[in-house]
Amino acid sequence: MGKTFAEKVLAKKAGLKEVRPGQIVTVRPDHLLSHDNTAAIVEKITGDLAEFGVCSRELHVVVLDHVVPAASEKDAANHKAIREYVRKHGIRYFYDVGVGVCHQVMVEKGLALPGMVIVGSDSHTCMYGALGVFATGIDRTEASALILTCETWFKVPESIRIDLRGSLGPAVTAKDLILTIIGELGADGANYQSVEFHGRPGSLTIDDRLTVANMGIEMGAKAAVFEADKVAADYLKSIGVPPKSYEPVWADADAAYARRMEYDLSRVVPVVAKPHTVDNVVPVGEVEGTPIEQFLLGTCTNGRVSDFELAASILKGRRVADGARLLLLPASREVLRQAMASGAIDTLVEAGGMLLPPGCGPCLGAHMGVLAPGERCLSTSNRNFKGRMGCGKADIFLASPATVAASALHGAIHDPRKEIRR
Amino acid sequence: MSKTWKYGDDVNTDMLFPGKYTYACAKAGEILPHLLEDLDPGFAKEVRKGDIIVAGRNFGCGSSREQPVIGLVAAGVAAVVATSFARIFYRAAINQGLLLVECPEAVDAYREGDPVSVDVAAGKVAVGAKSFSFPGLPKEILAIREAGGLLPYARAKLRNRK
Repeated sequence: MGKTFAEKVLAKKAGLKEVRPGQIVTVRPDHLLSHDNTAAIVEKITGDLAEFGVCSRELHVVVLDHVVPAASEKDAANHKAIREYVRKHGIRYFYDVGVGVCHQVMVEKGLALPGMVIVGSDSHTCMYGALGVFATGIDRTEASALILTCETWFKVPESIRIDLRGSLGPAVTAKDLILTIIGELGADGANYQSVEFHGRPGSLTIDDRLTVANMGIEMGAKAAVFEADKVAADYLKSIGVPPKSYEPVWADADAAYARRMEYDLSRVVPVVAKPHTVDNVVPVGEVEGTPIEQFLLGTCTNGRVSDFELAASILKGRRVADGARLLLLPASREVLRQAMASGAIDTLVEAGGMLLPPGCGPCLGAHMGVLAPGERCLSTSNRNFKGRMGCGKADIFLASPATVAASALHGAIHDPRKEIRR
Repeated sequence: MSKTWKYGDDVNTDMLFPGKYTYACAKAGEILPHLLEDLDPGFAKEVRKGDIIVAGRNFGCGSSREQPVIGLVAAGVAAVVATSFARIFYRAAINQGLLLVECPEAVDAYREGDPVSVDVAAGKVAVGAKSFSFPGLPKEILAIREAGGLLPYARAKLRNRK
């Protein structure tokens, strides 16, 4: 009997010949990620760091992204404490404010490579599954222990296999695909499980796969993974990582799955997740005309160059509706530079968009773009929970960059297929 | 007399502890006043040591923030009995020593006002006059619980290596 991706990668990392779902294994992850929560993680082990030191200078990747630049004296002091930890312990991988959202930085800097196991003190760590990485979120305390010991435990998960066929239609995106899947499986539909995307996902770009894998946690998944195929290898080459620097792992054809599903990409339509759960998904037509005050285009889910270019293709030479606030939140400095060079940012700012520094801020209500009671936001981010954008009495709807751009033109939710001009 | 707090499905970490406070509060004393703020504004004031939470599916879904777990431990919540838990929350509870009981039958049987109690050693949860079994924890997880949480467990391991 063949093995799933999760079984193979965890066996390899645990130094075992084979493992079964349910088995508990001890693993040394390739990297541990944390962000603005680093100071809180390190504070738990101040005495231990003096006694034992860090177990490795290469394990911990620290990216400042959640409240950047600092919004208050408290945030500034937090960032300062993190810089001091990095300096004192010689942490090799540190990215200060302005480089980007931690997940995009992990990918762009070539730190998330096929066949790796990566844990992060952030639930959207699952995004690197786009490159064949077993990547999953942990809490702060576990991150503290990892800084000291370099190891942690995993229960080997069962797996779900999703086969993808065909190609997405015009103005339909990977965001619509993953929202459709989450709507069907439910917010806990893949709880404790590893979700593998098979079939012929060759029509999905790396940006598409990053969007899909990023949202794995929204169906409860421990990991959401694609095979590190030619598309992945070409992307890695483009950022200077040659194939000899990683060892891809992928599922056997005859592996055993808890569940199998199939999606024909050509049948996916633009969808919207209504407040206040991500699995509350409906076709865009059902909510068309819902008035929206704020539009958020970007984040680690949909803040890459192709996302801004898609939105720019819809908004070029036009203006957002009166009263519509369009926020542009690039996932990284690199994305920002490329989207500036391509003209997409200029087009979006000319159309009425407001450019924010690369980071997380508004997505979790930590910084900028906070909503007022009774307001509605249409966002390309990954969560629409009550209170998520800083106000418990506001409504958040989730959609693709195409739907956000088309809707911003009307100040109300709008089907992007009616606005596509390519 | 301990109280039982009943909630529904998909209680997420933003409902347990709003994201806007994640970088402002890390210590138990700072977390407590905001615990369950957007779900049940009365909870933080009225919760007492020994209280139990009964909830539906996917309790603790959403972000990886551990403040909800730290807050529930500090509030003295004896156990959360739910149909199922989200995995990062489940891990965080192991790491902090919060008792989580996955027992759909007990949740289904619960009616408002039923006294609820948990006997970990026996693997039993009592709801009113009925009693239900829940599966025991694997030995690796019990070792973390017995050490008093993940950090004491890690420290003991490091001292042994020395």
